Amino acid sequence: MQLNRRQALALSAAAAFGGLLPVVARATPEATAQRIAAFAGAAKPAMGKITLTAPEIAENGNTVPISVTVDSAMSGDDRVESVMIVAEGNPNPEVATFHFTALSGVAAATTRMRLAKTQNVIAVAKMADGSVYLDQKEVKVTIGGCGG
Amino acid sequence: MLSRRHFLTATMALSAIAQGTFDGRWARAAAQQALSESDLLDMPATGNVTLVHLTDIHAQLVPLYFREPSVNLGAGAAAGLPPHLTGAAFLAHYGIAPGSASAYALSSQDYAALAQSYGRMGGLDRIATIVKRIRAERGPNMLFLDSGDTWQGSYTALQTNAQDMVTAFNALAPDAMTGHWEFTYGAERVKEIIDGLPFPFLAGNIYDAEWNEPAFEAYRIFERGGVKVAVIGQAFPYTPIANPRWMFPNWSFGIREEDVARNVAAARAAGAELVVLLSHNGFDVDRAMAARVAGIDVILTGHTHDALPEIVLVGKTILVASGSHGKFVSRLDLDVRDGGVKGYSYRLIPVFSDIIAPDPEMARLVGELRAPYEAELKRELATAETLLYRRGNFNGTFDDLICRALLEERDAQIALSPGFRWGTSVLPGQKITVEDLYNACAMTYPAAYRSTMTGTTLKDILEDVADNLFNKDPYYQQGGDMVRVGGMGYTIDPAAAMGGRISAMTLLETGEAIDPAKSYVVAGWGSVNEGTEGPPVWDVVQDYLGKHPSVRVDDNTTVKIAG
Repeated sequence: MQLNRRQALALSAAAAFGGLLPVVARATPEATAQRIAAFAGAAKPAMGKITLTAPEIAENGNTVPISVTVDSAMSGDDRVESVMIVAEGNPNPEVATFHFTALSGVAAATTRMRLAKTQNVIAVAKMADGSVYLDQKEVKVTIGGCGG
Repeated sequence: MLSRRHFLTATMALSAIAQGTFDGRWARAAAQQALSESDLLDMPATGNVTLVHLTDIHAQLVPLYFREPSVNLGAGAAAGLPPHLTGAAFLAHYGIAPGSASAYALSSQDYAALAQSYGRMGGLDRIATIVKRIRAERGPNMLFLDSGDTWQGSYTALQTNAQDMVTAFNALAPDAMTGHWEFTYGAERVKEIIDGLPFPFLAGNIYDAEWNEPAFEAYRIFERGGVKVAVIGQAFPYTPIANPRWMFPNWSFGIREEDVARNVAAARAAGAELVVLLSHNGFDVDRAMAARVAGIDVILTGHTHDALPEIVLVGKTILVASGSHGKFVSRLDLDVRDGGVKGYSYRLIPVFSDIIAPDPEMARLVGELRAPYEAELKRELATAETLLYRRGNFNGTFDDLICRALLEERDAQIALSPGFRWGTSVLPGQKITVEDLYNACAMTYPAAYRSTMTGTTLKDILEDVADNLFNKDPYYQQGGDMVRVGGMGYTIDPAAAMGGRISAMTLLETGEAIDPAKSYVVAGWGSVNEGTEGPPVWDVVQDYLGKHPSVRVDDNTTVKIAG
């Protein structure tokens, strides 16, 4: 199930705030990988279970809609604890982290983020049993204007 | 595809080219004798469903000349595959004789010479003849679908705010359409038109940008020949990027493959036995989508203006490419039984205007729609000494003419002209009329700006557009062609990575290399930015032609292809 509108708006406000943090350095794929490793702990992220939906080309880099869903029963050990979204090319790689409980019912979230340039956006899910899953998508930020 | 009669035609046209002095009218008469309306339209029916497809007519109501591209490179996995074959390679691939009617319709080979023999193509009255005939033969089995780019691209469409095309297509009576350039009339006008359409405007990939909810009807299920046919609409995914987003700020587009898959599943669950994607994705995007989304039986492609004489099969999915500008109508007969397509037959019908008789009703309607503008449409601006055309990955001669006008009239060092794929051709010796000019630039954001750009900015623009055209992943391509450049030469390596394709940028007036740090005066048109200032580009070109009553534009040599 998707978040309702009010929740989605709250999330986008949170994401926008995250983008305003005064970080000078631009993230690198290496810094992003380190952040993912710290989130994953002992586990090695595997592909599967988590699906990141994002546009191939952003219509407006200032507000790019993304959604994430994790295939999980959300009970017992088959439960998503948290999902982290990171962006390799933004000043601060971490965009948002969503926390879930069994009461969440499903692990799904939608938000909007700012992308300064073409880059990979990565979603990582940590499960209750300690396993970690990852999905990524390249989102292109273009000057635009000559198609047709 | 060729019958013996076509070959007769081919022989005659070839001799006309070889000898050069042949009277064009004689060759044309011969061509007409060899090819009849029945040759083009007689087709024994196959199965229980007939799909008739039209796309990218770009508001062309009357017969025209349109030269197909001589350069149409494919990127990544699409390299060397149709539709990325041109000229002799295209003819060889499909077994088409050089000089034949099919060669004229489908390729750029000997275009100007063959145009003398085979005449203009298209015209909504001829298309109406074809549609009505198929409707008469296949009525309850027929579904007629339009992939869009229907409302924009001519003087009359611009003057009437698309009403001429809406009125004409309502008379032609398609069963559904989707869109792209339609949106450049602005959200209010689009909504007003769609509210009055007697058929659905389908687009599952357009969302309300504020609430992130579907903004249009995604699919409609029709019953034809006892078969439930689902038609899913897919508008051009990158409309808000390739065209001005500020004109329809509340609509968000995108490929949204997951929505296509969801709509296919929903249509199947609702009992659809045949699933058709009515698409404006562009051919390479559709080819990728056919391989990635299960359950689509037919994709009626659009946007990239490809005319293919045979279907392309991806797994079990049939892809149809019906060309542009009303040059072709596609007919796909399908035998749908036991939950699947058991057989099909396909014909890309070339709309030779001298062979297919005009439908009197549509001819009258088109005449009425054009009557208020007829004098202006026919007004002659200059003579073309050489063939003027646009279509192709890099500068066409019509674009080079527009760039010359921008350089001279706007007193600029460098001119940029968008790489649109619409726009008709003018034959050597013909007058360039107001209609011809507007066919190359009629749109709702025509301001010819004049500004300064650094060498770095110019390089960034060329790299950006090149990646939109040549990205190896078709989902990252926007269609369109490379931005046309006047006053500056460059070399492009299409197979290189983003940022590394463009080199040897040279200012032609001095021959010196473009300096990344230096500023240059640039004139262009078709900017997607709100508030762009300048005279409409058609005024700029008219002023230029007023001073140059005879124009000679040879094929471009300042864009070089490397790799």
